[in-house]
Amino acid sequence: MTNSMDDIARDAAAFFIIGSNTTEQHPVFGAMLRRAVSQRGAKLVVADPRTIDIAEFATLHLRHKPGTDILLINGLMRIILDKGWEDKAFIAERTEGFEELGTLLKQYPPDKVAAGTGVPAELLYETAELLATSRPAAVMWAMGITQHIVGVRNVMDLANLQMLLGNMGVAGGGVNPLRGQNNVQGACDLGGLPDVYPGYQKVTNEEARKKFESAWGAALPGNIGSTVTEMMPGCLEGKTKALYILGEDPVMSDPDSNHIAACLKACEFVLLQEIFPSETASYADVLLPGACFAEKTGTTTNTERRIQMVRKAVEPPGEAREDWRITAGLAGRILAGGKRSVAAGKHSNWDYTDTAGIMAEIADLTPSYAGVSHERLERGERLQWPVKDATHPGTPILHVGRFTRGKGKFVPVEHVPPAELPDDEYPFLLSTGRVLYHWHGGEMTRRARGLLEVYNQSLVEVNPDDAVKLGLNGNKRVRITSRRGRIEATAWVTDRVPPGMVFANFHFPGDQNANVLTIAALDPVSKIPEYKICAVKVEAV
Amino acid sequence: MEVTLTINDRKVVAPEGSTILEAARAAGIRIPTLCHHPDLSNVGACRLCVVTVEKARSLQTACTTPVFEGMVVHTESEDARATRRFVLEMLLSDHPNDCMKCEVNGNCELQDLAYEYDVPFPETGGKRHEYDSDPDANPFVAVDRNKCVLCGRCIRACAEIQVRNVWSFASRGFQSKLVAGADQPMLSARCESCGLCIAYCPVGALYDRLSLKKARANKVRKVRTTCPYCGVGCNMDLNVSDGRIVRVTSTPEAPVNGMALCVKGRFGYDFVHHADRLKKPQVRRYLIEGGEKGRGEAWDEMVEVGWDAALDISARRLREIRDAHGPDSIGVLTSAKCLNEENYLMNKFARQVIGTNNIDHCARL
Ligand code: SF4
Ligand code: FES
Repeated sequence: MTNSMDDIARDAAAFFIIGSNTTEQHPVFGAMLRRAVSQRGAKLVVADPRTIDIAEFATLHLRHKPGTDILLINGLMRIILDKGWEDKAFIAERTEGFEELGTLLKQYPPDKVAAGTGVPAELLYETAELLATSRPAAVMWAMGITQHIVGVRNVMDLANLQMLLGNMGVAGGGVNPLRGQNNVQGACDLGGLPDVYPGYQKVTNEEARKKFESAWGAALPGNIGSTVTEMMPGCLEGKTKALYILGEDPVMSDPDSNHIAACLKACEFVLLQEIFPSETASYADVLLPGACFAEKTGTTTNTERRIQMVRKAVEPPGEAREDWRITAGLAGRILAGGKRSVAAGKHSNWDYTDTAGIMAEIADLTPSYAGVSHERLERGERLQWPVKDATHPGTPILHVGRFTRGKGKFVPVEHVPPAELPDDEYPFLLSTGRVLYHWHGGEMTRRARGLLEVYNQSLVEVNPDDAVKLGLNGNKRVRITSRRGRIEATAWVTDRVPPGMVFANFHFPGDQNANVLTIAALDPVSKIPEYKICAVKVEAV
Repeated sequence: MEVTLTINDRKVVAPEGSTILEAARAAGIRIPTLCHHPDLSNVGACRLCVVTVEKARSLQTACTTPVFEGMVVHTESEDARATRRFVLEMLLSDHPNDCMKCEVNGNCELQDLAYEYDVPFPETGGKRHEYDSDPDANPFVAVDRNKCVLCGRCIRACAEIQVRNVWSFASRGFQSKLVAGADQPMLSARCESCGLCIAYCPVGALYDRLSLKKARANKVRKVRTTCPYCGVGCNMDLNVSDGRIVRVTSTPEAPVNGMALCVKGRFGYDFVHHADRLKKPQVRRYLIEGGEKGRGEAWDEMVEVGWDAALDISARRLREIRDAHGPDSIGVLTSAKCLNEENYLMNKFARQVIGTNNIDHCARL
């Protein structure tokens, strides 16, 4: 997020939520937004094909067709330009590429956009006017925007919209992806990506590489590595021979689970560090018991770049250990022999005694975490990165006065249809996501008594009109088939979904897991799979 | 604009529009309260905060009465103290004498006030309510209306912070009763199970069902931490007793969320002690006895081993594969559920120890 949750909730004149089921997936932030709408009259635009919970609070709800986000955003920008509602001063001072955007937007007149998105032209005008007259507005999104083959373009287009309205670098504005997992932000920040070292220093940048080579005392590769969506199929192609997996459950959470299982089976050596015998565990050659959040001390980074302490409260069960100890133990043993040699460097060792020491190493090598230490956090300091040095107070809002790259660049993006749309054989559109009471692959929440009591099986949302056509009376079991697999589940007949669309989750394993159905069509840049759209057949069982 | 008033013979300056309670608290003068909570609107329902205001015809509730220039307030007047005692007597006369086995014994605002004002439990009571002590089978919230003091803090917390409006009072006077929706089970009244009502209940009328009989609220060690579920990053206190998490409570000091948490944060912790937790390293038999994977079930069966064996075997296999097929034949998946420090180490592991940039995690999924 460029902004913080509290400035958004406090200062935004309007919220634009697109592709985020905020009250179910980021519940506490969702409630903050509800508060702003009901108590201080902030305006709310929700763009989502489903009538998600927060739509109840929306000033305007646009139920655009899945996969038409760019059409919609371009259409809104076109109206804003036609009406002269853009922030001319901001555009002149802080951006470049505005002409190109204008040229592209000519192809997105309201009637065409209305036809393509299914949103009436009148509603498009109302939305554009609301955004033009309510500044600053904050844009929020989640996986509903990124899990498409055009995910990266979707994000760029939202940035275009916010620059056009001058909503960047101000309290109550910004572009704000809501991160899913508790520490997905931190995993990205600290080098858990194939193209960057900690702090997004590029592996292809000579200088960055030299810095890490000397710190770690080893020659480092200059090529960009593979993403998970490339490593997995690599097992079948013989490219990936071994996997070291920490606390991830690809069988539950990756698209096309049957294919993932085949990949793991083909892999020569799978080392899995986990807290539960997950669905992926049956494919492990070695299974190491790690510690969960309550059994170790360290930090995580939330969606607004806030670094916070996690503290040990209880001992890990049996012989289970903190994960950092396991990784360090393994590293030391590998380095003790074999062909790859490591020279002495400032941070070449693995003899850590606590995570505070690891954070000191991070701070030394990562400019955005340079001023972060457990000591400061324990003192009660509130730090959001970049924290430039030991006295820097952190950065609650990014891009104030200036973008990191200098001028903000408008990048015109064109609408591209989804990879797999419904056809005669697979006439329904399937979208996937999560529900309030569960979490991701469900390894934790299916083992939490109360949560399971309220929600104990996968429910597939089916529109009442479709339910009638499918003959779903009394018995609500449905079989859903895609080109990749089949699941069976109970239908929840509800007009949350429009006719022709079904929505399923991936919290329950086996033949209830929607990822048996999803397609591994990837965004060419981010390599994110298009979980939000694939074609399925729905039948009453 | 500021106004100057006198509280207990002291000159106090307070912003215009503040209540007597706010002015007093800012000056370090204590006034007892029950229905008031600083996060919530004031309703002036319990009358525990009554004070004497010179020239006013009757006692005023400090939580709702605004200050004015020249106001003279006495918080400990005979009248005020007697009224508070009377209010407490009334409350206790319709409260179960149950402290002995109450979850919140020692952590109860009613108990504290009775102690402060020296109000004994009445020997013979008047008319008492006899509600069903646990009428809603809600998996998270245990409701005991017999203990409810009708302060309405849960109602306001749900309406003003969670903006869900599940709770309200039905009827008036002695019949007045806390209800969810139209006197329905909470889950049918659109409850999202955030548990905020419990967090604001001053007594034991609303309590965490998962924590019943686990440990008294004042007998736990609290460990401040960050929620393991979503990216909002709520802070919360793990309540630990005897090496186990028995409850999660929220804290007004939490930077992002204050007293709020969602159902997963507040009630989703028991996976920690689940019987399925992995407790020992395991490896497939072929790795111990030599030979290859996939030669048959007996070879592929998982066996428990010690840490040294497990790490030695893993290190050997990874090193062999790296040296035979090159570093890029190995992929590392780090974890968006693990710590920053752990993610850094996984990145260092892939790049320094293996020599590959094949590292990723489920950010995309
Ligand atoms: S309590 Fe709920 S909203 Fe807060 S971090 Fe945890 S999962 Fe997210
Ligand atoms: S605290 Fe003022 S009336 Fe209850």
